[in-house]
Amino acid sequence: MKELNIENLRIAVDGQEIVRGLTLRVPRGEVHALMGPNGSGKSTLAKVLAGHPDYHVTAGKVLMDGENLLELEPDERARRGLFMAFQYPSEIPGVTIANFLRAAMQSRLPEGEELEATDYYAKLYEKIELLGMDRSFTSRAVNEGFSGGEKKRTEILQLAMLEPKYAVLDETDSGLDIDALKTVAHGVNSLRGPDLGILLITHYQRLLNYIIPDHVHVMVAGRIVRSGRKELALELEERGYDWARDGAIEPAFR
Amino acid sequence: MSLVIHQEEAAPILSGLAELRELPEWFRDRQRAAWKQFESLPNPTRKDQTWRFSNVGLLDLAKFKVGGTLTEEERDAILERSRGLDEVAGRMVFAGDQLIERDVISDQLKKRGVIFQSLERAMVEHADLFRKHFMSQPATLGSARFAALHQALVSSGTFLYVPHGVEIELPVEIFHWLNGENASVFPHLLLVTDELAKVTVIEHFCSLDPQSPGFACGVNDLVAGPGAKVTYVCAQNWAENVVALQMNTTTVDHDASAMSLNLHIGSRYSRFESLSRLSGEGGRSDLLAVAVAKHQQEFDARTLQDHISPHTASDLLYKNALDDRARTIFGGLIRVEPHAHFTDAYQKVRNLLLSDDAEANSMPGLEILADNVRCTHGATSGQIDEDELFYLHARGIPTKIAQRLIVTGFLDEAIQRLNHPAISSHLQRLIEEKFAA
Ligand SMILES: Nc1ncnc2c1ncn2[C@@H]1O[C@H](COP(=O)(O)OP(=O)(O)OP(=O)(O)O)[C@@H](O)[C@H]1O
Ligand SMILES: [Mg+2]
Repeated sequence: MKELNIENLRIAVDGQEIVRGLTLRVPRGEVHALMGPNGSGKSTLAKVLAGHPDYHVTAGKVLMDGENLLELEPDERARRGLFMAFQYPSEIPGVTIANFLRAAMQSRLPEGEELEATDYYAKLYEKIELLGMDRSFTSRAVNEGFSGGEKKRTEILQLAMLEPKYAVLDETDSGLDIDALKTVAHGVNSLRGPDLGILLITHYQRLLNYIIPDHVHVMVAGRIVRSGRKELALELEERGYDWARDGAIEPAFR
Repeated sequence: MSLVIHQEEAAPILSGLAELRELPEWFRDRQRAAWKQFESLPNPTRKDQTWRFSNVGLLDLAKFKVGGTLTEEERDAILERSRGLDEVAGRMVFAGDQLIERDVISDQLKKRGVIFQSLERAMVEHADLFRKHFMSQPATLGSARFAALHQALVSSGTFLYVPHGVEIELPVEIFHWLNGENASVFPHLLLVTDELAKVTVIEHFCSLDPQSPGFACGVNDLVAGPGAKVTYVCAQNWAENVVALQMNTTTVDHDASAMSLNLHIGSRYSRFESLSRLSGEGGRSDLLAVAVAKHQQEFDARTLQDHISPHTASDLLYKNALDDRARTIFGGLIRVEPHAHFTDAYQKVRNLLLSDDAEANSMPGLEILADNVRCTHGATSGQIDEDELFYLHARGIPTKIAQRLIVTGFLDEAIQRLNHPAISSHLQRLIEEKFAA
């Protein structure tokens, strides 16, 4: 039961169906990679999991540890343990990373309980170091004027601080130079463990050399067309998405 | 209840000038003349360009009174609540235009010639300086009538003079309190800096009782001498029933720089007129304002960036967050006078609308009579960006707190320009308190 369970999910935007009957299970403690061509619906899936108001779920369900995720407000989902690292994180002018994360952590405490400032900063600086960032970052406004790579690191910094049960990482590797990629991978790996399930959306086999997935899924046109072990990513790189699509007999999982 | 301060009996503002005040006769003459002027000038109407969009109906002064008394309990409560910055170079607290507490500046600054005293003392002890600068510029942004009223009824205030080359590192702090039903105050600050002097002043405007209606009509004259650096911050936090007008004139001599920030939190209606006169080459003026308007509040800002000399720069940034049925008005003109070549003048107004019923009116204007001038101006209004809000939601932050963070972040751009962490955090605290209320 300790899993993120997506069942036969259908998602439409402006009347057009983008995710078309997708089934996927990510148990806690596992890393699942999700690969697929541009426009196949990966980010749409991620945003729906997080609860973006622009997308409509027309069928299917999503359970997080047995709980119906789709009937919860986005902030409630996050507080219950879902995290999404955005492909294109928003800039929040004037709100420092320190204040932002503080508000996020405060919101996870019971009413009337105050976040302990010293502990908070100790943890923040520890994670900043883990991600090879400078402390001065914490007093910069969230993502404002950040380089692409800095934005991605900041997403992982938030993941490290918020300690969710499930994390959906949407192309956290894109835009990273090789050193940053290693640092981010190191950050993610250090968070791996029995309490965290990760859905790792990526285009590049390269990332999977650093974050070794337990399973790989291939998504084409709104469906999972193939699933396999980590070797599937290599095979996919060699043969391309046409092979993945053609070979699919039915939407498979695991 | 024991009375600690006896003033003339509270009397309606409009009943005329009391004759009891202990001020120099030459000043009383000026006040009598000002009263006549006040009586001769008509009340503004919305048809006047300088009062377009303004709720002039709120300017009926009939119920407001001048004078009155302060009990010991009230005095203690006011002093208890006069908490601003942790570290200041000097401090004055006024209640009902009476100076009730003064923390003098250091002997060291005094020895170097800094004068920090009440207006009524300065009239006597530094009459020449006082006469040269006190309300020396006519009020041209619409409030001539109220400037005359102020001059007629002003009975105290702050005089601060910083001589040649003296830099006062810590801010000087002034509190003005309104106390009592329909009370009125006429706050005044006369700040004169000489060549290469440096000073920062913060004024706090507050009401003892959060329910009481009241009236405030203040004037500031800020004079930045050659190469001087003057920073002025106004934290307007009157009770939400108060009608307030403030007329600010800043004169910037050559190579001087002036920065002002007005924070508007309280009052029912608050009008702030800012005239920035760039009178000497190389002068610079930054005009900042931050407003958090809720309920039925109306904030009415009128500005003039007046470039008189060449090679001058001015930069205005006004940021308003409006909720409920609140209204803001911005009427601002950049005027580049015929000889003021090589001027840089900017004006930016940003309104963040948090409710469909809120209303932001902007009337930016340019009048350029010189060559080689760089000017930009623009006013925009928008709502909270949905993707930003979703980003905060996705981190578990509930809507109300997310909105508050986005709004304070939006306002922060202007507050950070002050480049003064202690004052910034004080202003941020006031904003937070307003959201928490
Ligand atoms: N808000 C939206 N409005 C209209 N169309 C949308 C919206 N969001 C997604 N789409 C469309 O849905 C399809 C899937 O987009 P999505 O971003 O999910 O793809 P993706 O698999 O993440 O692609 P990429 O690899 O390029 O990131 C695309 O055709 C896209 O244009
Ligand atoms: Mg995508």
